[in-house]
Amino acid sequence: MDKLLEVNQLTKIYAQGSLIARTLITAADNISFYIKPAEIFTLAGESGCGKTTTSKIILGFEEASSGKVLHKGREKGPKEKVWLTSGVQAIFQDPFSTFNPLRTVDSYFFETVQNYKLAETQKEAIDIIDTKLQMVGLSYKEFAGKYPNEFSGGQLQRISIARSLLTDPQLLIADEPVSMVDASLRMAIVNLFKKLRDEYGVSVLYITHDLATAYYVSDRIAIMFRGNIVEMGSVEQVLMDPKHPYTRLLRDSIPQADPKKRWKDRITLAELEQDEYLRQGCKFAGRCPQVMDICKQKIPADVIVDGVQVRCHKYG
Amino acid sequence: MKVLRDLFKDYRFGLSFIVLIILLIMAILSFFSPYDPGVWGAVPRDLPPSWEHWLGTDSNGQDIFWNATHAIRNSLIVSLIASMVSRVVAILVGMVAGYVGGSTDRVLMFISDSLLVIPLFLIMVMLSMLVRQFMSLVVLGLLLSIFGWAWDARVIRSLILSLREREFTHTAILSGTGTVKLVLNEYMPFATPLIFSTVINNISWAIGLEMTLAILGLVKLTVPTLGTMLNWAINYQAILLGRWWWVLTPVVLSLLLFIALYWLSTSISEYLDPRTRIQRVGA
Amino acid sequence: MKDNTILRTDHLKAYYVLDVHGTKKVAKAVDDISIEIKENEVYGIAGESGCGKSTLLKALFNSVEPPLRLIDGKVYYRVNWDEVEVTSLSPEEKRKLRMEYISYIPQGSMSVFNPVQKIKETYKDFITSHVGGQSRDEMYELAQKHIVELGLPKNILETYPHQLSGGMRQRVTIALAALLKPRIMIGDEPTTALDVIVQRGVIQLLKDIQAKLKNTIIMVTHDMGVHANVADRIGIMYAGKIVEEGTTENIFERPFHPYTQFLINSLPKFGDKRDRESVPGSPPNLTDLPGGCPFHPRCPHVMEICTKEMPGFCRPIEDHRVACWLIGEGEHGQAA
Repeated sequence: MDKLLEVNQLTKIYAQGSLIARTLITAADNISFYIKPAEIFTLAGESGCGKTTTSKIILGFEEASSGKVLHKGREKGPKEKVWLTSGVQAIFQDPFSTFNPLRTVDSYFFETVQNYKLAETQKEAIDIIDTKLQMVGLSYKEFAGKYPNEFSGGQLQRISIARSLLTDPQLLIADEPVSMVDASLRMAIVNLFKKLRDEYGVSVLYITHDLATAYYVSDRIAIMFRGNIVEMGSVEQVLMDPKHPYTRLLRDSIPQADPKKRWKDRITLAELEQDEYLRQGCKFAGRCPQVMDICKQKIPADVIVDGVQVRCHKYG
Repeated sequence: MKVLRDLFKDYRFGLSFIVLIILLIMAILSFFSPYDPGVWGAVPRDLPPSWEHWLGTDSNGQDIFWNATHAIRNSLIVSLIASMVSRVVAILVGMVAGYVGGSTDRVLMFISDSLLVIPLFLIMVMLSMLVRQFMSLVVLGLLLSIFGWAWDARVIRSLILSLREREFTHTAILSGTGTVKLVLNEYMPFATPLIFSTVINNISWAIGLEMTLAILGLVKLTVPTLGTMLNWAINYQAILLGRWWWVLTPVVLSLLLFIALYWLSTSISEYLDPRTRIQRVGA
Repeated sequence: MKDNTILRTDHLKAYYVLDVHGTKKVAKAVDDISIEIKENEVYGIAGESGCGKSTLLKALFNSVEPPLRLIDGKVYYRVNWDEVEVTSLSPEEKRKLRMEYISYIPQGSMSVFNPVQKIKETYKDFITSHVGGQSRDEMYELAQKHIVELGLPKNILETYPHQLSGGMRQRVTIALAALLKPRIMIGDEPTTALDVIVQRGVIQLLKDIQAKLKNTIIMVTHDMGVHANVADRIGIMYAGKIVEEGTTENIFERPFHPYTQFLINSLPKFGDKRDRESVPGSPPNLTDLPGGCPFHPRCPHVMEICTKEMPGFCRPIEDHRVACWLIGEGEHGQAA
């Protein structure tokens, strides 16, 4: 089986604080997963779980403390520019910040075409740009010469996807692409990912905290919590029948658009989230409804239960 | 042209623009001067303003009006050289230090901070005494520029530091843009208003410094500049002797120049401020 | 004013008048809105970004400042059994009403607290400016009791804002808004940008406060899921107008307006992987609205009359009103 991307025991440790009082935060703790061609893989979790750190390391914007990243079987060098070498592109969370407000949006497209030598003449360049824009439901005519603030957030995000498609990447890393878009407009963008996978064979690493769209669009999913992948498997299994207590809490906390499905239970929130990072054992032990003594002492190992990988003492 | 129309709506820009045009015309007139500023005694001395000599004559036997046209031209040349050179250095240092960071940043900032902290005036006095024989307009300009870049380099560096973290930097990187082109294309538009306002301020500063040095006699006094005119006037006790036309000419001209430059810089930098610009873009 | 109405607007119009270097533009953010909000209910306002929801809240909170201008209409509060028209009050009278009678939770309320002071200082400021004659210790006790009653950690008053996470700051802000037991609390996207579990905690807190004080909460968010969980009645806003309003159950069970239908159907549901569509097109530009019904360019059921005239309200079922030519010919400008 071909692995488009493989992440092997990736760890990233940050030091915070002054010279005298330093705390070490493990932003990513032994992360391992892989992505196949033409697959949508979701890395899900709340803020501070380490998913953005992981994506930055995969892209090459940050360096790991230990562990390997392999693109198409080849190990990535520490400063390698994977967007030039390995057909990887990315889109980001804030569509208005993705483009310089003082430049026209199309200037980025022409720049990409020029830098990657995708066309010889201006006309060829416009043709390529128009093709990619049509893929996301826009056209060159309504886009040329305009500045970012002349578009809506949803449109800009689609334009951002079009730009990333110019180099025909095989892997698109989408870092919270719909968080800043209205809930009612998210489908348009997420449907695009489906189209890219089905019609063009592009894989998407979808990073989000919105489990509803994750369920709708992904094939496989990994749930992250405070730097650990606590559960990973097919999206059907992980979200319909969660094994890890955190996954269950996460899934149950999604507000359903149906007044008959209102929340019935009460929950407690973490008091100071920083403290959870510094726990010795499982990071969820402070809030877990099924906590045991061993949870507070040791980080659980990964076990496979029913084809799903779980990191929880309940199963090991 | 829409830009100019918008700018003229600000009265400060309009007035300063007119004043500067007048001064520029005077500077250009210097090429048509019937008198050579190097020659003394060309006309009768100490005559008050009249139809023949619009601003009178001075104790050296020179027509003050035509002398003033040379003075404006030379002062502008010196200050333009000083500010342009220091601008370029400030941009280079600020952008490199901001984007590259690390030890390059530390070294560059160390040099720039030292220049900020050293007492400017003493060094200028020392240096100008040393190069006195080679003193010309260009040399004076370069001398002033050594001290003009340090502050702005630091300001530009902070701007770059904040822009580097914005997501459009990542977009440009993913588009395959190299470092130099990235800094120029992405960051310059933000840096332009800053550079513009400091250019004009720098010109004012350079003129002021030149005048100070001139009054102290540290420049070549035979070349007319606003400062040397004032120097001669003071030396010849023009105020005490009631020869107001000689003293007032450089004073009024330099006042007009300073105020006009100040208004110009504030109105342009307000217009170019990225926040108001973004509101206007696409409107 | 009906007996259980606590806030009412009458043909409210508030526009942004912008002057960008010589060109004048008018954004019709609140365009002829008449609503009645009852006591002891949670009223949700839903709609896409840029439809005027936040502006409506500002007008309801009586905080209309340039470039926003009150063009027409009135806002009435019921203060102690009297109906008071609030737009013409003096600044001092307005100030008295704020926090004691009606409080506001702004969007991105992270910056409500002074970053160089402990949380307790902001609490004390609020108490002193509205309830005089208390010693510092008494005020601290008041604040402390309030915090603990709402289930927040005891020592939160001693921390600095930057030590708290976003969700915790949001909850402390909401607790502050409830401090003086206001009759109306207005929240502008209070849970947007929060993590899922934190969002649930914040909504839980809001519901606790509402149950305890039996007051009214008016909440704006674009997330229909949040409305389903917390609102009693929902008003759907589009391009500065209310296009549908009814109880939460009815809105979700039988949405009448095509826009409402889109809003609900564009949300993914667990267990359902069938293809879904977003609302087509883009939200309208408030400075350049189409004639007639502002939704007609995006409406799949558009008719000739929709492009010419704005429909009035009709009531297909009880306690429910819709402004849509498909449903029927309503009367213009009729309040609920």
